[in-house]
Amino acid sequence: MEQSRAVPVKEFGEVAGVANSGLVRAAVRRVLESPIVTGLTAPHGVDRYLGMVNPLWSVREIRAVVVRVAHHTPDTVTLTLRPNANWTGARAGQHVRLTVAVGGVLRTRFFSVASAEGSADVEITAKVNRAVSRHLKEHARPGMVVTLSPAEGEFVLPDVLPARLLLISGGSGITPVMSILRTLTARAHDSRITFLHYAFTPRDVVYADELAAIAAADSRVTLRIAYTEAPGAGALDGLFRREHLAGADHAAALTYVCGPAPLMDAVADLWAADGLAGRLLAERFVPVTVPSADAVGEVRFRRSGVRAANDGRSLLEQAEAAGLSPEYGCRMGVCHTCTTVKADGAVRNTLTGAVSAEPGERVQLCVTTACGDVELDI
Amino acid sequence: MAARIPPLTPEQFAELGRELDALRRELVADLGEPDAAYLRRVVAAQQRFEALGRALLWAGWFPPAWVAGTAALSVSKILDNMEIGHNVMHGQYDWMGDPKLNSKMFEWDTVCPSEQWRHTHNYVHHTYTNIIGKDRDIGYGLLRMVDAQYWRPYYLGNPVYAFLLMVFFEWGVMLHDLELDRLMTGRRSWASTKALRRRMWEKSGRQALKDYVLFPLLSGPGALATLTGNAVANLVRNLWAFSIIFCGHFPEGVADFTQEECENETRGQWYYRQLLGSSNITGGKLFHVLTGNLSFQIEHHLFPDIPARRYQEIAPRVREICQRYGLRYNTGPLGRQIGSVWRKIFRLALPPRPVGRSELSAIPKAA
Ligand SMILES: Cc1cc2nc3c(=O)[nH]c(=O)nc-3n(C[C@H](O)[C@H](O)[C@H](O)COP(=O)(O)OP(=O)(O)OC[C@H]3O[C@@H](n4cnc5c(N)ncnc54)[C@H](O)[C@@H]3O)c2cc1C
Ligand code: FES
Repeated sequence: MEQSRAVPVKEFGEVAGVANSGLVRAAVRRVLESPIVTGLTAPHGVDRYLGMVNPLWSVREIRAVVVRVAHHTPDTVTLTLRPNANWTGARAGQHVRLTVAVGGVLRTRFFSVASAEGSADVEITAKVNRAVSRHLKEHARPGMVVTLSPAEGEFVLPDVLPARLLLISGGSGITPVMSILRTLTARAHDSRITFLHYAFTPRDVVYADELAAIAAADSRVTLRIAYTEAPGAGALDGLFRREHLAGADHAAALTYVCGPAPLMDAVADLWAADGLAGRLLAERFVPVTVPSADAVGEVRFRRSGVRAANDGRSLLEQAEAAGLSPEYGCRMGVCHTCTTVKADGAVRNTLTGAVSAEPGERVQLCVTTACGDVELDI
Repeated sequence: MAARIPPLTPEQFAELGRELDALRRELVADLGEPDAAYLRRVVAAQQRFEALGRALLWAGWFPPAWVAGTAALSVSKILDNMEIGHNVMHGQYDWMGDPKLNSKMFEWDTVCPSEQWRHTHNYVHHTYTNIIGKDRDIGYGLLRMVDAQYWRPYYLGNPVYAFLLMVFFEWGVMLHDLELDRLMTGRRSWASTKALRRRMWEKSGRQALKDYVLFPLLSGPGALATLTGNAVANLVRNLWAFSIIFCGHFPEGVADFTQEECENETRGQWYYRQLLGSSNITGGKLFHVLTGNLSFQIEHHLFPDIPARRYQEIAPRVREICQRYGLRYNTGPLGRQIGSVWRKIFRLALPPRPVGRSELSAIPKAA
């Protein structure tokens, strides 16, 4: 099942028929960022007005339009995104923070870029989890606009390729290694690549057809798929173990691993046991967890570097007890003077009882308590 | 005369607090897509009015274009300041997680820097609503708006000061955080306001540059039409905002409180003060949007950080609660509320009649 639609991404300043529209665009951007235009559009800024004309237009933000939606497996959705000119590309293996409104609330989640380095479009595959992935699975259509961060992450290829590469992935962890594999097959080199992938059953392999095609066409690539719940269906069976590495020459290879925590832990243990920890690059898709008890964990104040055991009082009181002086007014949840970015962790609003674990959300310190480890931007 | 304040028993206060807290929780749990979509629609409308207004004023030498352009720009500024700015800066839409609609990041189309407004309004006014000596919105340090303010000959000018405040409202709002009255009496030092004044210069400079220099210059020969159109739009917004806001706390019958009454207030008593210290304006749907739903000032004061579009829906329930506790729910059409405000402004310009003082001391204590 696949939906696609040709969605023209017209940049501001792009004029039909003008050959050198890049130059025109640069000129228009200079005008839009000039002090005069800034003055004319104060206090809201030029982006607010550009977005009125076209939701992709922005002088600063990376906005991208969905141009293709594919459902390769029952519990994933693959989106092809066409970003505006603010996108400066991703290196193979990097990820982006994708922001989309779900039920009126903007939510930001990490997704690895699965497309090859240098491609104009950004492909991501999301496994259905909760808020954002489910929303994308159910509602993403060509034409939908999302916001992206610049690509980030150190899970990338070295400048000089080693003679052997081993790529290991499990489930949706295939995305960053897929990008690496796609990038490598498109490049001239003579490194040997082994791709070891773990999935429940053959139905659960997101890029099955493309992987088979790459393995058939590119003699440098060896593909091995292990099914953990379909014995005999593939070359290998069951969870990761040493025998699965036969022929991969893991001691000589530079290895990339991304997948569920048990797979990553097992790989890391084996590599450590073999004294190869320095030859392993890992990308973790850590989800947030919400512990049940209230007065557990630690409150960390990121900017001041202070940390203290969570004692269950409001975050405002705890910050003050830790010697900090965050701004406050009413101390009763009315004025929002104490609103602060909570970088990480789960918190409870004492007025509503609502628990939330949204990374980067803003909370009112005076009416918020920590449920476990919490990191605040003060 | 200050309103008679019906006393409640401690049990009643506790029950009132519980009931309103429950109502608040119910509202918070129900917030979602329709609220977000509504705000985005209002922002889109405001931007269209703004673009339309600016465009029409380009042709401002043609009188109908000038009138229509000025009207559109006035509506844009009113929407920006009230249904969007005031409400967003209250944190009503913080839950949307959108930095552009976040209380701490939003900047509005008026000369008052948003962070100063949040201090004087969200904190001082909303926390200490109608407490004489603490809520600086009572008369803005300029007017005599409650009987309990001690009369001085200065207040003979009450109507004149009120009129000037109305005409230059955005500037008055900007200067509010300086606390001019306290500067003048030496209770606050001029030096301590340096940072405030710098921000005021920056923000008001940028606003003035935009409305009175850049857009007029951009209109070339029509510069004067654009300049006057922009000035009138700012004026219209000032008159409107002043009128709506004064109707929220100053019609006759709204209660004020002393600091002693409000010491160690419980949540129930806080709600009670908000209820009695505010007043509504009746009107149609469009009217409520243009007031930023501050026509539901009572509901706004109970739940200042709940999206204002919800006030209308809970108003009947708040009214019912008031009835049950025998509390006055002060409401009326715009004309009547404004008339009441201005009558009060004139009445309080004069010294109290001797009988007024004994009436005042007969007011039962709230707490
Ligand atoms: C660098 C990086 C790259 C990634 N790349 C990909 C990728 O390519 N594809 C992909 O599918 N995923 C990827 N992820 C993982 C993805 O970002 C997370 O799984 C993300 O949380 C999914 O978002 P969601 O909104 O669907 O689920 P969320 O709402 O974030 O929920 C995720 C999990 O958090 C827990 N949780 C959240 N809120 C609560 C709550 N209130 N109570 C109890 N439990 C809660 C649950 O266990 C839930 O399963 C990546 C992560 C990282 C860090
Ligand atoms: S201090 Fe007023 S909301 Fe927290």
